[in-house]
Amino acid sequence: MQSTEINRPREPQSRQIPPPWLGTLRLTLLTLAGALALTTLALLSSGVSPLQAYRILIFGAFSSPSRFSDMIMLAAPLLLCATGLTLTFRSGLYNLGVEGQLALGAVAAMLPLRLLPELPVPLLWTLCFACAAAGGALWALLAAGLRLYAGVSEIFAGLGLNFLASGLALYLVLGPWRRSGSASMSGTELLPRDLWLPTIGTLRLAPLAPIVALAALAVVWWALQQTRWGLELRAVGLNAEAADRLGVPAHRRIAQAMAACGLLAGMAGAIQILGVFHQLIPNISSGVGLLGLLAALLVRADPCRVLPVSVVFASFTVGSVQLPLALGVDSSIAGVLQGALVLFALLARGLVSKPR
Amino acid sequence: MRPSPHRLLALLFAVALLGACSQAPAAPPTTAPAAAPPTTAPAPEEYVFGMVLVGPTNDGGWNQAHFEGAKYVETKVPGTRLIYIDKVNPADRPNVQVEQAIEELISQGAKFIITNSAEFADGTNVAAAAHPEVYFLHASGDAVLRGVAPPNVTNLMGRMEYGKMMAGCTAALQSEAGKIAYLGPLIDPETRRLVNSTYLGAKYCWETYRGKPADSLTFKVTWIGFWFNIPGVTLDPTRVATDFINEGYDVIVSGIDTTEGIVETNKASQAGKRVWAVPYDYREACTQGEAVCLGVPFFNWGPRYAEIIADARAGKFTPQWEWIGPDWSDINNLETSMIGFVKGPALTAENAATLDEFIRKLADGSLNLFTGPLNYQDGTVFVPAGQVADDKTIWYTEQLLEGIEGQSAP
Repeated sequence: MQSTEINRPREPQSRQIPPPWLGTLRLTLLTLAGALALTTLALLSSGVSPLQAYRILIFGAFSSPSRFSDMIMLAAPLLLCATGLTLTFRSGLYNLGVEGQLALGAVAAMLPLRLLPELPVPLLWTLCFACAAAGGALWALLAAGLRLYAGVSEIFAGLGLNFLASGLALYLVLGPWRRSGSASMSGTELLPRDLWLPTIGTLRLAPLAPIVALAALAVVWWALQQTRWGLELRAVGLNAEAADRLGVPAHRRIAQAMAACGLLAGMAGAIQILGVFHQLIPNISSGVGLLGLLAALLVRADPCRVLPVSVVFASFTVGSVQLPLALGVDSSIAGVLQGALVLFALLARGLVSKPR
Repeated sequence: MRPSPHRLLALLFAVALLGACSQAPAAPPTTAPAAAPPTTAPAPEEYVFGMVLVGPTNDGGWNQAHFEGAKYVETKVPGTRLIYIDKVNPADRPNVQVEQAIEELISQGAKFIITNSAEFADGTNVAAAAHPEVYFLHASGDAVLRGVAPPNVTNLMGRMEYGKMMAGCTAALQSEAGKIAYLGPLIDPETRRLVNSTYLGAKYCWETYRGKPADSLTFKVTWIGFWFNIPGVTLDPTRVATDFINEGYDVIVSGIDTTEGIVETNKASQAGKRVWAVPYDYREACTQGEAVCLGVPFFNWGPRYAEIIADARAGKFTPQWEWIGPDWSDINNLETSMIGFVKGPALTAENAATLDEFIRKLADGSLNLFTGPLNYQDGTVFVPAGQVADDKTIWYTEQLLEGIEGQSAP
């Protein structure tokens, strides 16, 4: 069963018998070396100086206040998704439906904005986040229900529900919620300015977004590491049947983990609506859920390390915007680096654990 | 709940599928921006201008026309240098908004920014308000007309209505089935008025030169939902074009940014069908299917871009809403005419001569197709009998005209 071990989120300390930091160091070095080698190869093949490209990719997002704000506004929903996914990974689930949960959260966030626009703005924001959380959680529970009661793998249930959620967003954008007099996939009418989350000066940084994300991370870390509930969740992830026999309500924990992940993804959807796009667009998730999956995979669902990885991934993405301008290389190289990191992290884990 | 090998396989498969679905293969690889060497400080007299494009610079349509217009500025206004970011749309760059792209250009030294999509209207105005020291040109927009633009924004659009009338006329002259299809992008006032213009041109030439009654002409529009194909989001224009041909339409007039209309028509023609295409936007679009190309109405942005940028550089920027027609003395003069029409190899010599006569009538003003009575699809009056529609009425067209099949989205 070697192959399954590679991919599987599990307790970091359970594997390494020699000094644990040595294993971690080897893993990290292997991962970085592999990912950099692959990305460098891609850069060299397009005739670009890898050093300059890396400088932009890694530090680009920190080179001006406006880029830094954009990085934060991408990192916040990313962190929410990745945080949620640590819960599902820890309970042994691959919640691929996170994209759809985010999209449904975004759709749900639009409901109070459209139905009760006359409410006081802070109340409206609260309602938005509440609806988004409920929408995301509901969507995740659907996948959990299919998993628990119909035997459908949550991977495929999630995938199917992703299509359904983006279909719903599309339908709303082109149908009932379209701009007056037009029908375009480009999105609904922009929200009135006073409904946008307040930003710092002329920057696009809305402080509420990172605050919500960090608070969510703290709660999840606490719940996973410090509570009996978290212990049970991890037990279910290690062996659901054994946990069940030992008196852990495994089904309930699985459903709770999914719902919590959906709730956080839904809140990420509310941030996309209120803080980033200020309208509903068909691709409202903009791949943040998928990136969150990569981030969670890279750190083996360790809530302590989800934050730095989310920031790093967001920096790559924001930094890469300058690549075509500065070096004439396509910005999708950021995706290559992100993907390569995850791939080599998985590979390195496989290699390091093999000799046992 | 230990993951078993097939669960892992399922995951990998699912991730691959997800990746495949979330990618947008539509845009061909972009050529590197030739004029953007690694960030060096601009030379003292250099004037850097930036362009944000919604699609790739080599799309053979709308974006390529803009891009070549910008390259023209570089050659005509000495000391100017173009930098650009293309493919700024939620499919190709999901995490990049137009304001971000604009700021990247400004940080690279751009003093003047051109944005080229209707979708960029709000973003352009927001960025312009945040950067009062930079001038902005929003192509195809009307924020200045509506009085909502900051003072450093100007609007420019070509009167493609004339180009589309020529397109419609050409289609009607050559069609054997009397069935013309219009491959529409998304629905908004601009696209409605362009479909209407095509229909008016087709109807006029069908009645006047072919001598047939208007009701024997079928004119249908299918909207794909965006300016170009976004897999999984829009209708697939390739599929729509094939459907048109299978339904017996023998001329496809394109209104989208890209060239699927002519490409598919060309394939059908090679398979033995008698079909033709009228592409759009870019002067050389016929090269995608010479054998079926009746001609292409095109935008020639360069000359006016050059004037506006030269003015801005000289400190004489004037915000205005401009809607510029062809240079009627020579519509294909690339130094003077904003709108042109290149005849395609598939247009017969006889039809070409008839088209020339039609163009002459438009040029000398003896023919104005926006003359009443014209009704909207639902029967309400667009232009009353004996009157001629003014610019605002045409610009803000609310519906398709009576006689056109397809959705108006009022």
